[in-house]
Amino acid sequence: MEIHKTSWPMRILIFVLFIYLLAPVILVFPLSFAGDQVLRFPPTSWSTRWYTALFANSQMLKAFWTSLTLAAIVTVLSIAIAVPAAWAVTRLRFPGRDLFFNVFTAPLLLPTIVLGLAILIVFASFKLLATLHGLVLAHLIVTLPYALRVLAVSLSTQDRACEEAARTLGAKPLTVFFRVTLPMMTPGIVASAALCFLVSFDEVVITLFLTGPRITTLPVELYNYVYNQADPLVAAVSALLILLTLAVIMIVERAMGLRATFVR
Amino acid sequence: MIAESHKRELSAGQLAVVLLLPIALVNVVGFILPILNLARYSFNRARIGGGIEDVFTWENWVDLVSDPFYREILFNSIWVSLCITLVTLVLSYPIALYLHRATGPWKTFLTVLVISPLLTSAVVRTYGWIALLNDNGPVIGIIKALGLPSPSLMFNIKGVFIGLAEILMPYMILALLAGFGRLDPRVEEAARTLGATPARTFREIILPLTLPGIALGCLLCFVLAVSSFITPKLMGGGRVFLLATEIYDQAIVTLNWPRAATLSLLVLIVFGAALWAYSAVMRRLD
Repeated sequence: MEIHKTSWPMRILIFVLFIYLLAPVILVFPLSFAGDQVLRFPPTSWSTRWYTALFANSQMLKAFWTSLTLAAIVTVLSIAIAVPAAWAVTRLRFPGRDLFFNVFTAPLLLPTIVLGLAILIVFASFKLLATLHGLVLAHLIVTLPYALRVLAVSLSTQDRACEEAARTLGAKPLTVFFRVTLPMMTPGIVASAALCFLVSFDEVVITLFLTGPRITTLPVELYNYVYNQADPLVAAVSALLILLTLAVIMIVERAMGLRATFVR
Repeated sequence: MIAESHKRELSAGQLAVVLLLPIALVNVVGFILPILNLARYSFNRARIGGGIEDVFTWENWVDLVSDPFYREILFNSIWVSLCITLVTLVLSYPIALYLHRATGPWKTFLTVLVISPLLTSAVVRTYGWIALLNDNGPVIGIIKALGLPSPSLMFNIKGVFIGLAEILMPYMILALLAGFGRLDPRVEEAARTLGATPARTFREIILPLTLPGIALGCLLCFVLAVSSFITPKLMGGGRVFLLATEIYDQAIVTLNWPRAATLSLLVLIVFGAALWAYSAVMRRLD
């Protein structure tokens, strides 16, 4: 079906727009191999000095481990909390079901700057500022809506016939869940886990309100660094972060398809 | 076994309560409570150097309306966000239309290209723009090579504009795609077969059918632009004053939490207004 032959001027326009969209992400790769002391592109010389500098920067490395630990904890908790919730909102009939779903996904609608401030004020009185517990709880607020939505989509598009068959053959409800429903949900769980990990790992605005000299995450450390000096060290970190992101995107795409996860 | 047979006797409602309890707890402690508390703070008085006096006062709201600085920030934020939304729409529309028509692995590949920036940290992307637009960067380099007078693109509103438009593009593209469902290629094809020029097909067929997507994308981008913080803060160099940056400064630098809370609620009011405008537009479209 050759209905839509896109004309050449249109193709060039699309190409230019894609360049604009991807330029800042692509640029950090060559920039990370710059040999200059300051931010300059094209660089006057090439080297791996910024990668060396990065692996010698104990503050960045510490922040990276904090982020990794935090994202791992948040991902596991998100899945553990969201799977039962998603099952309840898709398989059970109870009053106020849609209302609950909307309230649980509402934090996504709120700007992170407002949410960050709101959490800061409450956490200050609970003594949760600059603690790992506090960060986990704050990140869960943002990751749970994603997890719930992706899992609910995965559950509602699942073929119910297998569950019915298992039940008819005398399987108990818990057996049905663990032997039939859960295995069938695996793609949804992988996709939402990847998403939660990425959201938590990249979260910066809310985290900025809650971190301090005692504990800081990689995006916050990076933010502070760029705020003070934007040298190519950041490009080296960025390049590694983008590769990590791409890996996670591949996982989501393989598991569930990106369009199913993001469009609608 | 006993536990299981017991469970079967739970009603759907009871089971729902058990299963939803964890998420409800997180939601209440980390979302509902903080937001209600935020509303309360906007009616409290700030103590100098942090802390609050627990009194009921309209002072913060009166200050907000009477102080020309805040009025300027508010109008500035709304105006800048509207302009950025429009620019983002113009830049995103062709891509979305192209993606809507693309098929097979090519479509998947392009979709990944659109979504990957979305999942890349805002700090990283803003840094990319700083690298592109600073005085030693490639953009200024090209402008200089062409012999044109070189503008300063960093640490002013221009840089924020360019960077933010790009950062919001993936959201706009996805929203447009979600709203393009009604656009059937066969309708377009029919118009063309019946002799309509491409321009007329676009004006009378494609544009009207994609208006819901456009409205949705504009709402989303406006809302994100009003509350954007990282890009204005890093690219504005302290010279660009918007609502979100002011909230942060009041909360972290000045430690005036009641004022920060009031500004936050103001952002939510702007959100509400945008949502109202959106539903008004959607009603007109139906």
